[in-house]
Amino acid sequence: MPRFPKPPEGSWTQHYPELGTAPVSYEDSTSPEYYQREKKAVFKRAWLHVGRVEQLPRVGSYFTKDIRAANASIVVVRDRAGQVRAFHNVCRHRGNKLAWTEDPKLDSQGICRQFTCKYHGWRYDLDGALKFIQQEGEFFDVDKSRYGLAPVHCDVWAGFVFVNFAPEPEQSLREFLGPMVTALEGYPFDKLTARFGYSTTIQSNWKLYMDAFAEFYHAPILHAKQSPEKYSAAAAQAGFEAPHYQLDGPHRLVSTSGVRFWEMDADLLKPMEIITRSGLFGPWEKAELGEMPPGLNPAGCDPWGLDSFQLFPNFVILIWSQGWYITYQYWPTAYNTHVFEGSAYFPPATNIRERVAQEMAAVTFKEFALQDSNTLEATQMMLENDYVNEFHLNDQEILCRHLHKVVRDWVADFEGARR
Amino acid sequence: MTTLLPAEFADLEPFAAKWCLPTEHERYHTRLASTMDEMQALYDAAKPRVTDAMVYLEKLPFDALPEDAVNLLHLLYSTIEVSFPVEVWRQPRVPDTGSASFDCFIEPVP
Repeated sequence: MPRFPKPPEGSWTQHYPELGTAPVSYEDSTSPEYYQREKKAVFKRAWLHVGRVEQLPRVGSYFTKDIRAANASIVVVRDRAGQVRAFHNVCRHRGNKLAWTEDPKLDSQGICRQFTCKYHGWRYDLDGALKFIQQEGEFFDVDKSRYGLAPVHCDVWAGFVFVNFAPEPEQSLREFLGPMVTALEGYPFDKLTARFGYSTTIQSNWKLYMDAFAEFYHAPILHAKQSPEKYSAAAAQAGFEAPHYQLDGPHRLVSTSGVRFWEMDADLLKPMEIITRSGLFGPWEKAELGEMPPGLNPAGCDPWGLDSFQLFPNFVILIWSQGWYITYQYWPTAYNTHVFEGSAYFPPATNIRERVAQEMAAVTFKEFALQDSNTLEATQMMLENDYVNEFHLNDQEILCRHLHKVVRDWVADFEGARR
Repeated sequence: MTTLLPAEFADLEPFAAKWCLPTEHERYHTRLASTMDEMQALYDAAKPRVTDAMVYLEKLPFDALPEDAVNLLHLLYSTIEVSFPVEVWRQPRVPDTGSASFDCFIEPVP
């Protein structure tokens, strides 16, 4: 008997019949050749999240980002009119990387009045216009008005900055995000500015980590050693069921029920959780953020745990009921490696107890994520051996099934359109 | 001898030089480089004082803590950091994460 009602078709997976229920192959995660196709069909076509507007507080604030999956390096800047713009980070003179500090392979950030190339001093204003050529008289008929920085399509939704590398995006950002994601509008992302940010390189295909955080079937097992034995035993016995899954175009959502840790017996908790009144689900004292947007807690759970919105292709916004949120981003660097960035965002603490509770939540988050990331390497190794290539996904893994299908569909659409 | 912590927390002073660390990176890597005995000693001394420390710190302006109070706060963060191995894992690293690492590149101050 399911703990939560399933759709009339009998399962979440069958509610979306295009997914099928057959075993799946992970060839899309083990092939250098497929990765090249994915780069063109997905990463050079989809809107990609690259940062938050809080990273660009003033006119002239900028940050750079290398996006190897699109063979791109961009600079994102707040221009003189206050708009956020993106450009390819390349000087129009001889192709040098324009904005960088110390090591050109590393991302950088700062504030400037104009961008000056380190090589020969060509200068561009914040709108990308070419303003100065060193020894201009030595050149042959260069029309400065035609050689501004090469623009990248850039738009902002709910304070999240997105770019698109297509010559002409097939959809606006808003159309691309669709109704399920835009129903998050009104969540006070702009007020949750206390950030704990982490980054690491993972030895696996990017989709395997998307999969890992797309299902919680693994949670009571993989993370059993995070908790006192009595809690882990009860969690494993109960297993995991989500009250709600939803697909909308290329994006997907899982919602979970919550846990009232503060009502639990002490032997189910870690002593430091009791002292700090905080843990994996966040501070036990809920941050009051006002009315929540209609897209949250779609199953009306009480207690509600979290909603994880997985935005195609590689960005996740996970909103906890306790008044904080997490983002995950997965940047492929090869078919079997990617850079993972995870951040936890809280309302800025106004007192010690709030701050200590945030510390406990952030440290706990990192320890869980370390276990997740280490496991991916083990999966990637075995998938690449290719002796076994059919794998079963259950109904709680519907979102994994969906991600791989959407990637396949985007590759097929792109390659079909070119024929 | 100069002390790092407020006088009320002189009992924790023996741990201050090693564990009053301002960044997650330093706290985490000090944890990995420590023995379970070292972490157990900090935990046993600091855990009963966490609530006292929060009460003490709450009386000060959160956005303008004096230096010894900031040190005490950092010691609280280290106590949280070592609580995981001490309370559950019995090893400095979370189980089954031999080749995993996360670099913390931004965190709230203090």
